[in-house]
Amino acid sequence: MQVNLKIWRQSGPDSPGAFHNYEVPNASPDMSFLELMDVLNEDLQTKGEEPIAFDHDCREGICGSCAMMINGRAHGPETGTTTCQLHMRKFADGAHITVEPWRAGAFPVIRDLCVDRSAFDRIIESGGYITAPTGTAPDANLILVPKEVADSAMDAAACIGCGACVAACPNSAAQLFTAAKLSHLNLLPQGQPERYKRTVSMVNEMERWFGSCTNHGECSAACPKEISLDFIAMMNRDYVKAQFKQRRFASQT
Amino acid sequence: MSQINLDSKIPSGPIEDKWTNHKFDVKLVNPSNRRKFSIVVVGSGLAGASAAASLGEMGYHVQMLTYHDSPRRAHSIAAQGGINGAKNYRNDGDSVHRLFYDTIKGGDYRSREANVHRLAEVSVNIIDQCVAQGVPFAREYGGLLDNRSFGGAQVSRTFYARGQTGQQLLLGAYQALSHQIHLGNVELFHRTEMLDLVTHEGRAVGVVARNLITGAVQSFSGHAVVLATGGYGNVFYLSTNAMNSNASATWRAHRKGALFANPCFTQIHPTCIPAGDEFQSKLTLMSESLRNDGRIWVPTEFGDERSAASIPESERDYYLERRYPAFGNLVPRDVASRASKREVDSGRGVGPLKNGVYLDFAASIDRLGEETVKERYGNLFQMYERITGEDPYKTPMRIYPAVHYTMGGLWVDYNLMSNVPGLYVLGEANFSDHGANRLGASALMQGLSDGYFVLPATIGDYLAPQLGNSALGTDEPVFVEAQSQVQERVKSLLAIKGSRSVDWFHRELGKIVWDNCGMARSKEGLEKALVEIPTLRQEFYNDVNIMGHEETINQSLEKAGRVADFLEFGELMCRDALDREESCGGHFRVEHQTEEGEALRDDDQFAHVSAYEYTGDTAQPVLHTEKLEFESVAVAQRSYK
Repeated sequence: MQVNLKIWRQSGPDSPGAFHNYEVPNASPDMSFLELMDVLNEDLQTKGEEPIAFDHDCREGICGSCAMMINGRAHGPETGTTTCQLHMRKFADGAHITVEPWRAGAFPVIRDLCVDRSAFDRIIESGGYITAPTGTAPDANLILVPKEVADSAMDAAACIGCGACVAACPNSAAQLFTAAKLSHLNLLPQGQPERYKRTVSMVNEMERWFGSCTNHGECSAACPKEISLDFIAMMNRDYVKAQFKQRRFASQT
Repeated sequence: MSQINLDSKIPSGPIEDKWTNHKFDVKLVNPSNRRKFSIVVVGSGLAGASAAASLGEMGYHVQMLTYHDSPRRAHSIAAQGGINGAKNYRNDGDSVHRLFYDTIKGGDYRSREANVHRLAEVSVNIIDQCVAQGVPFAREYGGLLDNRSFGGAQVSRTFYARGQTGQQLLLGAYQALSHQIHLGNVELFHRTEMLDLVTHEGRAVGVVARNLITGAVQSFSGHAVVLATGGYGNVFYLSTNAMNSNASATWRAHRKGALFANPCFTQIHPTCIPAGDEFQSKLTLMSESLRNDGRIWVPTEFGDERSAASIPESERDYYLERRYPAFGNLVPRDVASRASKREVDSGRGVGPLKNGVYLDFAASIDRLGEETVKERYGNLFQMYERITGEDPYKTPMRIYPAVHYTMGGLWVDYNLMSNVPGLYVLGEANFSDHGANRLGASALMQGLSDGYFVLPATIGDYLAPQLGNSALGTDEPVFVEAQSQVQERVKSLLAIKGSRSVDWFHRELGKIVWDNCGMARSKEGLEKALVEIPTLRQEFYNDVNIMGHEETINQSLEKAGRVADFLEFGELMCRDALDREESCGGHFRVEHQTEEGEALRDDDQFAHVSAYEYTGDTAQPVLHTEKLEFESVAVAQRSYK
């Protein structure tokens, strides 16, 4: 199959960028979108042009490295799918495809399709953990977690930190990312002692970098792991509670 | 040159007491003195992140380097199936000793007993630690932890978090690491790739690394250096490793004196999706846990063109169940892989390219219902469907073995220190625990054992006598010189301006090593590879073309350095495979097999670790050996029948 690509090129963080047009005449429907980029890059190098920089690693949809806005949609047209797991059989022969980096103030472009997502790390550093220094843990089966709770925590913990939620949001908000980590930890019994402190720290850190949520729901629709908006509601409720909760009495239900 | 004394420092005493006694015998650094020590940790996967977090918690100052944009992206994240822990929660006869025994046997008696016993002991602490951190392991309705079984074991001791166990364990370690970064105990340097090890008076004192955004070459100095940089599976080009996984950190350390042990021990994972076309950039693994409920078969007829559904039960050969009735579909990985190869080579392969075997869930769906199967493997089935366009609930999966893990790595002693004092090597990057074949769900266990529990207990022994010495300044001549060598190398790669891409060379190398040093190896093939690899390497230095420049993100340049190192490493791997005139675990020499086609070990000649010393000429490494002593298990031919 043949495809026509319009790709954002930008040589550095402070350089102006522009769209460039490329054609791949020999694509295969069974190749992944990133393999299409590989073929294009190999062709560019043969012609003496610099290849297009893009982040990618596991190519199994789990590391969260790949990040492309494809035809205006984060990770492209297929729901619940990262760019690396998107295959060309989802496009028509002769398709015109626009490829851009994530667009968000907190994710500055470094080069071509690579952006800096360190702001996500800052949110986790601010409180996205349970304090459990190595060596102190009781026997694993002393902590009972109802199956339903463990399953919900896992639903939230499935986040891969790719940033599609931010890229898809008209406000560049990071509510879904932050809420996913908060819900994972706040749902579990092990996460209770730091629950409200964690919520306030992470929400405050999130607001330093990202826009505000206006309930569009684009984040969840774009999420390759289909993380639910319910977790944002859970985060908001915990944030409100945290404002007047007497933490000294937090063990009282 | 050959003054190296391979002292494994295995503690004396009964095997059950070695680790406990050793922890008492090693020197310690008191809590208030720890901040005076600086440790450089390279790699942010399970081993690196857990080590950096634990050392930070203890009070050491840690510098963490990762080439990823975030520590959370390391390839440990892709591990699917689970992590072993000898908890005996199932009451099925498991124990530390059984996990130890299974691992030694699974490794085909080529691993170090004392290290493996420690791994089994610590496995229970890992599960406790991870649960305390909030890793959402699968649970029973009563709230207790659930377990599944895995290849090479007859008990259920594998803990899992859906098909994303590696992800959840890595996020647990990453979160603990993030906490330490927040507290200032760990400094994070992301998108920073180690390009050389720096030694001074024979000790490891730091590393030189390149900032992948600006291209700046910088030095990092410490009292000790910890490499947790993963394996070398990508030497094969097509593997289940992530695209960026590479052997440069360990290879560069090897060039600076660290011995490389058992490089020919590579694991070919039996359940991967077969290659589809020539554009294939990597292979995708389907968790081994699928073998719990999937049955592997091929048509009885050679060259059968019918679809799976139209082949009646009587014309299917469930060859693993037939040949290995006791373990059936759950034989260890090396055995399962070779059996698939045998079927495909004999002309009974399935799929458009006849390069796979079926993994069929029909019986399990009948027995358990589609819902239960979906709950256990839903995400894996979905991943399979995305890649192949086929629905595994309706048609059997097609699978074939692919390179997945490398048991070989830098030689380390019981303290996980290499022969270069001050250089520690953890996780897949070292060689010690898996012998010639790793059991499923044991890589996560080893990475976390090394990082959470072993290194924090042993590193003090090296650091304590250095109290009062400050780390070497990065303006010292050794650093300045190493930095200029790295810069020189980067510039010379860019200056070649030949006609072929880096990927072209990588693919060519991959073909040579897969054909000659893959699932079956012969003297003839290996000798051929040893001629072809140096020729290809020479061609690389004459004809590689790297576009762009060095002061920016330049992914071709990054990859060129890694491929250049693979072109040297691949030669060592083949040389080791040629030298090891026996078959064991993942290393199968066609000259050494039983009448039934099983691996035939030679314990008289090869019950040792082969550790190679770099001499400046890749064709002339010096071989050192460490004899493997088995005191607690009887060495026997493996049988899974």
